[in-house]
Amino acid sequence: MRRQQRQRLAFLLVSGVAWAVTIPIMLVIGLIATRGLEGMSWAFLTEMPREGMVEGGILPALVGTVWLTIGTAIVAMPLAIGAAVYLAEYARPGPLTSAIRLAIVNLAGIPSIVYGLFGLGLFVLYLQLGTSIVAGALTLGLMTLPVVISTAEEAIRAVPQEFRLTSLSLGASRWQTIRHQVLPHALPGILTGVILGLSRAAGETAPILFTAAAYYLPSLPSSPADPTMALPYHLYVIATQVPNMPLAPQFATALTLMLIVLSLTVAASVVRSSYRRRREW
Amino acid sequence: MSAAELVGMSGSMPESVGSSDGAADDLILVQDFSFYYGAFRALENLNLTVRDREVTALIGPSGCGKSTFLRAINRMNDTIRGVRYEGDIRVAGQSIYQADTDVADLRQRVGMVFQRPNPFPQSIFDNVAYGPRVLGLAGDKADVSERTRLALSQVGLWEELGDRLDRPALALSPGQQQRLCIARTLATEPRIILMDEPCSALDPVATLAIEGLMRRLAERYCIVVVTHNMQQAARVSDRTGFFWLGRLVEFGPTNDIFTLPQEKLTEDYITGRRG
Repeated sequence: MRRQQRQRLAFLLVSGVAWAVTIPIMLVIGLIATRGLEGMSWAFLTEMPREGMVEGGILPALVGTVWLTIGTAIVAMPLAIGAAVYLAEYARPGPLTSAIRLAIVNLAGIPSIVYGLFGLGLFVLYLQLGTSIVAGALTLGLMTLPVVISTAEEAIRAVPQEFRLTSLSLGASRWQTIRHQVLPHALPGILTGVILGLSRAAGETAPILFTAAAYYLPSLPSSPADPTMALPYHLYVIATQVPNMPLAPQFATALTLMLIVLSLTVAASVVRSSYRRRREW
Repeated sequence: MSAAELVGMSGSMPESVGSSDGAADDLILVQDFSFYYGAFRALENLNLTVRDREVTALIGPSGCGKSTFLRAINRMNDTIRGVRYEGDIRVAGQSIYQADTDVADLRQRVGMVFQRPNPFPQSIFDNVAYGPRVLGLAGDKADVSERTRLALSQVGLWEELGDRLDRPALALSPGQQQRLCIARTLATEPRIILMDEPCSALDPVATLAIEGLMRRLAERYCIVVVTHNMQQAARVSDRTGFFWLGRLVEFGPTNDIFTLPQEKLTEDYITGRRG
């Protein structure tokens, strides 16, 4: 009897903790969704801001975030896949491999504002890229590297050893085996990691604060060398810097940003689950 | 591949098909070959010659080293850490354990069929086209298709599956999968085909199909097959080698091995008194 009571108590405790985590998240999402929908409209998404950003829409910030996300993917993917292939297929245990792994773990732990300042120093000033989409994408790309490398390495290791041996036995070189067997089979897993990395990059403010983001621009960026508005920074600006800013567009901006990040996360899990279903091994 | 090309690959020695003593048919030459996994000696001082256009069967109990020997011929043992060898193996006159041996090139010339059918989880076509595409053997797309068709015809799968090449290879029956794997190897234009218990995962009907295929392939290729099944060795091979504890106890024409074994150990194993 006492044992059963303890069991009930333990169950109550753990489920209570689980709800304690879930409820605030649902409240935040619910609040942003209901209040955000008030200011949400097609015009809000497709118009330029007017009257000192109090009126109009968020088009340049939306476009800027899309460009920055695409740029981040272009920067992070080749670097991360290269590093993951090296770690999973070529690296032997030793001081060099340990150093690389230590660096990746540490990269994952660096605060995003430090990435922002690093990007300012290296890309904006030293490489003279200026405040631009390129500089922002490079900074965000660096920041997402650790998570993409880790998931890509995991995906590559998950490809059965048998495929490698079979390919080698047919006379393929190690690189041909990686290129034609390992990477194609690891691709869905790698993509999952990339999308998750991007979903984090899309919502970040600090790394683009000094490298890419503009307070207000009267027109859309015309090239990757232009600075851009971006949703997270725009949200910060209209929430704290613009006097007499009505609440509705603030919530609608937050909702837009949240939906972008959420849809990336959903896309990642769709890729992952459709890949699990299709997988024959 | 024509017979003239095959001879060309083996060097300048004259062809002597059908003769029983011609050194021209000696394709694999094993000299004082020993092999170690760490401190364990898996093969001890092997000396033998494997002939072209014959089926050579390797028999013996589990763990006797016959699969290790098979994998030494295409250097698949290299993929295991901590292995070591002594002596030499020559394929078509060339030592395959030199520092400058192109292992990928060796494995292309010495194909391998595994115990469990192991098609890639791709279409039938992509499996067979793997060699021509990846190894760059084929000139263009039409050439890839032609090589794939030829290889599938050689194993009798073209007639069965010619119109369904885009279907997943893993949907085939185990027997078809194994023949597909043989076709995949043939498409890389090997000279030698190593088979590591190719029928042990198959039913009797599929086994007979593979055995018939081995006989047909032996008209053009050198086949070395490891088998647990002594009837299979007797049915399919021209020569048989009997391995025991890493040593080659006896090696000779299959008929002699099964009717007049010279060694007591061979006789005991073949008659089932030991094994």
